[in-house]
Amino acid sequence: MAAIATLKDLYETLSPGLPGAGAAGLDRLRADGYARFLSDGIPTPKVEGWKYTNLRDLAGVSLAPAQSAANTDIDLPSVAPGETHRLVFVDGRFNAALSAVGTLPQGVTLDSLRGLIEASPAYAAEVLDRFPAPKSDTGLRVGPNPGRGQALGLVGLNGAFLAEGAVLTVGEGVKLAWPVEIVFIATAADGAWHPRLLIDVGAGAEVTVAEHHVARGGGATFANIVSGVRVGEGAILRHAKFQEEAETALHLASVTATVAASGVYETFVLTTGGRLARTDVQVRLEGSGASTRVSGAYGVDGSRHADFTSLIDHVAANCTSREVVKGVIDGRGRAVFQGKIIVRPDAQKTDGHQLNRALLLSDTAEIDVKPELEIYADDVKCSHGATAGELDEEALFYLRARGIPADTARALLIAAFLDEVAEEIGDEHLRTYATARIQDRIGRLTGITVDTDVPVLGE
Amino acid sequence: MLEIKNLHATVDGKEILKGINLTINPGEVHAIMGPNGSGKSTLSYVLSGRDGYEVTGGSVTFQGKDLLAMEAEERAAEGVFLAFQYPVEIPGVSNTTFLKTALNAVRKHKGLPELDAMQFLKLIRARAKSLNMNDDMIKRAVNVGFSGGEKKRNDILQMAMLEPSFAILDETDSGLDIDALKLVADGVNSLRSPERSMLVITHYQRLLSYIVPDHVHVLAYGKIVRSGGKELALELEAKGYAEFGSPEAA
Amino acid sequence: MAATEQTVEQVRAVTEQKYKYGFTTEIESDLAPKGLNEDIVRFISAKKGEPEWLLEWRLQAYRHWLTMEEPTWAMVDFPKIDYQDSHYYAAPKAAKDKPKSLDEVDPELLATYEKLGIPLKEQAILAGVEGAGEMPAVAVDAVFDSVSVATTFKKKLEEKGIIFCSISEAIREHPELVRKYMGSVVPYSDNYYATLNCAVFTDGSFVYIPKGVRCPMELSTYFRINASNTGQFERTLIIADEGSYVSYLEGCTAPMRDENQLHAAVVELVAMDDATIKYSTVQNWYPGDENGKGGIYNFVTKRGACRGRNSKISWTQVETGSAITWKYPSCILQGDNSVGEFYSVAITNNYQQADTGTKMIHIGKNTRSTIVAKGISAGKAQSTYRGLVRILPKAEGARNYTQCDSLLIGDKCGAHTVPYIESRNRTARVEHEATTAKISEDQLFYCRARGLSEEDAVGLIVNGFCREVLKELPMEFAVEAQKLVAISLEGSVG
Repeated sequence: MAAIATLKDLYETLSPGLPGAGAAGLDRLRADGYARFLSDGIPTPKVEGWKYTNLRDLAGVSLAPAQSAANTDIDLPSVAPGETHRLVFVDGRFNAALSAVGTLPQGVTLDSLRGLIEASPAYAAEVLDRFPAPKSDTGLRVGPNPGRGQALGLVGLNGAFLAEGAVLTVGEGVKLAWPVEIVFIATAADGAWHPRLLIDVGAGAEVTVAEHHVARGGGATFANIVSGVRVGEGAILRHAKFQEEAETALHLASVTATVAASGVYETFVLTTGGRLARTDVQVRLEGSGASTRVSGAYGVDGSRHADFTSLIDHVAANCTSREVVKGVIDGRGRAVFQGKIIVRPDAQKTDGHQLNRALLLSDTAEIDVKPELEIYADDVKCSHGATAGELDEEALFYLRARGIPADTARALLIAAFLDEVAEEIGDEHLRTYATARIQDRIGRLTGITVDTDVPVLGE
Repeated sequence: MLEIKNLHATVDGKEILKGINLTINPGEVHAIMGPNGSGKSTLSYVLSGRDGYEVTGGSVTFQGKDLLAMEAEERAAEGVFLAFQYPVEIPGVSNTTFLKTALNAVRKHKGLPELDAMQFLKLIRARAKSLNMNDDMIKRAVNVGFSGGEKKRNDILQMAMLEPSFAILDETDSGLDIDALKLVADGVNSLRSPERSMLVITHYQRLLSYIVPDHVHVLAYGKIVRSGGKELALELEAKGYAEFGSPEAA
Repeated sequence: MAATEQTVEQVRAVTEQKYKYGFTTEIESDLAPKGLNEDIVRFISAKKGEPEWLLEWRLQAYRHWLTMEEPTWAMVDFPKIDYQDSHYYAAPKAAKDKPKSLDEVDPELLATYEKLGIPLKEQAILAGVEGAGEMPAVAVDAVFDSVSVATTFKKKLEEKGIIFCSISEAIREHPELVRKYMGSVVPYSDNYYATLNCAVFTDGSFVYIPKGVRCPMELSTYFRINASNTGQFERTLIIADEGSYVSYLEGCTAPMRDENQLHAAVVELVAMDDATIKYSTVQNWYPGDENGKGGIYNFVTKRGACRGRNSKISWTQVETGSAITWKYPSCILQGDNSVGEFYSVAITNNYQQADTGTKMIHIGKNTRSTIVAKGISAGKAQSTYRGLVRILPKAEGARNYTQCDSLLIGDKCGAHTVPYIESRNRTARVEHEATTAKISEDQLFYCRARGLSEEDAVGLIVNGFCREVLKELPMEFAVEAQKLVAISLEGSVG
């Protein structure tokens, strides 16, 4: 594969110039990443976890770092304008001028990874080591199991080029009033970035994090993002990602979260941009009473491809998980949902539910779904449901019989379909923003703006 | 108001309506009664423009216009309203969003200004109150989690909001207990006016004790076989539909 | 309550039994030398007096098989099979020249089938019919190790133009039909085990139902592995011509042996316009002992093609036996309005492993499929449902409904669900639901408070859990299957 040769060359050329090069800890992390990349390579459909998403297009992508023009006049997305702690990255590079961290409460730090490395490579390496990495194999499954599950070549690649990213730590018991925003802006015509996002929420702490990936003039860029999340005992993290890059962009993301006893990890992913976008979420419920809520909404049209892959690993007893992923596919678009729930032998009293629904709007749309249960404990309640089909004809007629024109009725039903996912979001800022972004996307998909925002019957 | 002439219609290639003739004047309430499978629901769907019901002959004129040439939403905008036998559940779409979108579409069609959120809320609250519906029911997704009676009341609320000139009530009594039936019938009766006509479709006479019709027609195997005053309903209740024969006879 | 009482009675009646089919028959066998090579393939073909084209087909498959690797994606684990350490042909000596009539069948064999509850004497069956008044007759093709030893009711079926015979006989008597259809649903290159079967298959059943004929009785094949160190590789081919109907039953047992024996069968079904094939299996191969020693490796390829409009293929399986099950009875829904069904109960106990499910490939318009799969795991067993529903772009109005439920008994077992759903048609509607739970404490207690032992209660509850599937079985099988469900879970509680 030509891409692999290019990436090898890039590594040889770039690694001596990366921040902290020569410092033992960082050299080791980068070398480990590179070794993983060399051993696993770029995943192909032969790898079970990549059966439905083919990265052959990577061959035509510019893999070198993006070159961006200095530009500070950028309209920044925000879930609560003026009331967030914000780090901004332009074409993958930290941009201090656009960032606005503001005043953080005691016990909270929000740094750019580059800044952290430049200040102390040794400390940065120590921080990086603290976070969980995705696993390719659960180690549970019977049978020979070759080439199953995930390939971690892309995660390795991110490690090889480790330099940019954001690190948020919230100390024990701190409740952050304002959301934290990590904003990635694509302005370049092409080029790649490999940021690392790390979120550590201490015991009893509470924080909301919004992650944006948007294009402001950007084109066929390639983002390869790796996130590590730790949710401490009794802590709450509400995390949303809004992936709204250019229609020619490539977006690959891997999120690994561990949740301690009674901790809560909520994550929502909106996928409306990119020629190919994949988010891979692994959540490990490691302490008794931990819970997670994973939700996703996507809209694809043209010949675009969206993939939402998740693995919810019930390690400890008494944990609950709930996953709702819904999407709309139009044109020659294709969507993939793969969701797996694992219940390990000691994870008794597990409650795990998963729902995936896809709406096909055109004759050339395609959906591929693989919901999986792998269960080794008996006292559990687990279920999954999946549906695929077109808009409900009866509902459509009911709306039309009340005078609503057919295309408006269609748009209304699509909006309702996706809004149900937004309802899963616990944080109000995130939910309102998600609803607005969904409506915006449907507006562009159908050409009709639907106002689902009739005020609540109050005073 | 409405003139149906020699209306023929098929469903999946099978002829269900075999020449219906019916004229309804402004302010009149007509009841159509008939045994199961006589074509009652087909008639309501044909009049409201549901896909899959093919008109193979005849005409329907509504306020001087060719009703059959219109799409379902145009008919609604022109003032035709169908109260469904089984109101449809629409998860994720709130009653308020649904009705505001519908009402403004209808108003736009009539050349009236659209209502803003405040005007709309005021109107829906007033209408809901008279139907004994609380705010909670109005906020919830359309018909989702509603009881049978609540669904029917919700349909009548929609009728009160859209103020049609011609309403078809398709088996409105089905699945209702007596209290719910009274409530729904009161709602319907409050909407009776000299400008508004209604077509009440029912299998039983029961509903007609509450919504008293001016004319009663018997539909059997695709044709109106008898017409009369409200006393015809009582007669049918006593004798049943046996005298109108079997499909072979029709 | 009568039905429940009856069930309780049945459960009680069988709970003391162990694997009752574990005996061996002392009968002299005609064995091929151990091992697998082209000469063995030729040997089998020569034994059967096959035409040249079939030998060529076998050799083509064998050569292809040499290039293939054993599949590893299933959730099953077993030591590598030594394909050279097995006999690929074993036939009772007495059957060297196939008996002309049932009277000529070796009495030892008849006794064996008698003991298995499969009477091969038509008279006895007919007498039974008259006596019982209601019990419909079942025509049986009995396959003992590598060969078909007897087929009953052939005459009666011939009157209607139905062909029901061993596949060896069909190759001789109806070569045009065999050549036309064999390998047309499962090609010789399909998968490792099916390809091996193509090379070395020894016997099996053949059914042809002519246009417009409704087969007047259930047809069935009864497979029995007896010889040690043998594999069983049979093929079944069923063709239902336009407007015909057939219900086919399949049963299997094997002696208790410490070694693992390989059973790699291929079943092909073809349904033309308006034809229906109902295929029911009660798979009760020896599952191995409670320590996981011995048992059959059941690696089977079953596939049906709904070629014609309005055709229907329905698979019902009750899988209780075998050490390892690897089996996915599938439907290719080509004809418009064709229907595919898969009803499955898979019970694993002790060290059994089952990876089973189905594929529904929707090609034609308005094709419909239903999947109901019930998996029960007990002891240290692993049970996996694996399925594929694929809707192709032209399958307008296609429908699929899938329901997979797993029940866990004990905390040392596993239950897994791996469905794949691929839809490429907007108007198609696919619905999938899956649940996993343990056997309800409340239900168990309720039964016990009414006087049932824990084991009886489990049998009863599990039978209830499987009811949707069991009710799809023909009557003759349903009772047997209910008993099996209870027996298979013996020792799983307490």
